[in-house]
Amino acid sequence: MARPIRVLVAKLGLDAHTIGVTVVAKAMRDAGMEVIYSGLKQTPEMVAATAIQEDVDVVGLSSLSAAHMRHFPRVVELLREQGASDKLVIGGGVIPEEDAEDLKRGGVAEVFTMGAETGDIVAYIEQWWTSRTA
Amino acid sequence: MDEPNRLGARPETRPASPAHSEAKSSEGRQAGVARRSPAELAERALEGEQSAGARLIRLLENQERDGIEGLKALYPHGGRAHIVGITGPPGAGKSTLVDALIAEWRRRERRVAVIAVDPSSPFSGGAILGDRVRMQRHATDPGVFIRSMATRGQLGGLARTSFEASAVLDAMGYDVILVETVGVGQDELDVVELAHTTAVVNVPGLGDDIQAIKAGILEVGDLFILNKADRPGADETEKQLRLMLHLREGEERDAGFEPPLLRTVAPRGDGIVEVVDACTAHYEHLSTTGGIERKTAVRGHRFLVELVRELASEAVFARAAAGELAQLVDDVRARRTDPYSAAERLVAAMLKPS
Repeated sequence: MARPIRVLVAKLGLDAHTIGVTVVAKAMRDAGMEVIYSGLKQTPEMVAATAIQEDVDVVGLSSLSAAHMRHFPRVVELLREQGASDKLVIGGGVIPEEDAEDLKRGGVAEVFTMGAETGDIVAYIEQWWTSRTA
Repeated sequence: MDEPNRLGARPETRPASPAHSEAKSSEGRQAGVARRSPAELAERALEGEQSAGARLIRLLENQERDGIEGLKALYPHGGRAHIVGITGPPGAGKSTLVDALIAEWRRRERRVAVIAVDPSSPFSGGAILGDRVRMQRHATDPGVFIRSMATRGQLGGLARTSFEASAVLDAMGYDVILVETVGVGQDELDVVELAHTTAVVNVPGLGDDIQAIKAGILEVGDLFILNKADRPGADETEKQLRLMLHLREGEERDAGFEPPLLRTVAPRGDGIVEVVDACTAHYEHLSTTGGIERKTAVRGHRFLVELVRELASEAVFARAAAGELAQLVDDVRARRTDPYSAAERLVAAMLKPS
């Protein structure tokens, strides 16, 4: 029986743009993943609680409203506090390169900025999954 | 005889579970729940720790041995939760209704768990599970646990995983477990049968959908909800539903309990108190008429029979010599024997003392 990778896709901050996350979620589904979408305007606390209840492998954070610097590392921190640091946290959205480097230092594994292909995101997750289960 | 390992039959499709992967990817950070044994997970789940319960559900969903070991430890502690099935056609507003029901049960100081089922894609096997978008205001409430679940397209598999997940949530001490499914297909009807109380949700203006519901799900409803009752056509739909319920009279699932028809407008919370009251009344009716024991027995019987069937068949294949199955298949193909005699030979081989 298949054991699909489970991914939480959540939007942090106040923007209301859903097209990007929808496209990414569909690409993940088409790659055989189970994607839990928790909607707009999520707080880091909501994301962490959801990731734990759903026991996802991957948490994909999206922000288009400059909320990433404050919120993304906070999600990593909350997961760590709650013994869930085995989850991969990745981010995407409108994120300047220099911020991306800071986010990675804050525990976000990878940041996909403007222009990233959905295929890149899927491939990154699959590669991570293969390396951890090898 | 050794206990057959029900996972053993498909090792080639089984990647190592996250639980076994040790903190390879986490650079020495504390891996928490990932490192715990099934006994430890069960113990923590009993204390109400959500991450432990969630991991057990994941292991069960993936049909991993550790999940089953955990469930064995948890099982004696269950049996107190009221399981409520919420079913109805797509677009009936089930998730929004569930959100409102969580709020009402929380107001009554009940702890609430939700299993929200959505279909897997038949093409990729993946799924987008979006039911909890409507319920996220409860995400950080420690008295609420929401778990999305994909159907994964396995015959009978959904009924089993939702049964197992509800057993975990029950042992964790949730008072009410809501199981939300699209009420189509046998698999989903099985899920409905899991519940003590089944609420069938309808909306105005779906027209032919009432026919679909009449065909399958009308029989299983303990209460009927007309959601989005502020929409045009609500009165007409209510009239049709009442007519069908009238036709059903005399064949109630639980003698002496007349299924109510309730109107709701979930986003406004209209009618929600009445729905919770009706669920509670139904559960009380079951409690006083032996219905809980009856349902639990039926469920237990079905589940046990299914497990025996599964374990027995795996034992047969485990005992069959490697080439024997292939040889028999070839014999059947060439009509040197028939499938019935071949199957009898395989089973007889297992029953022989080794």
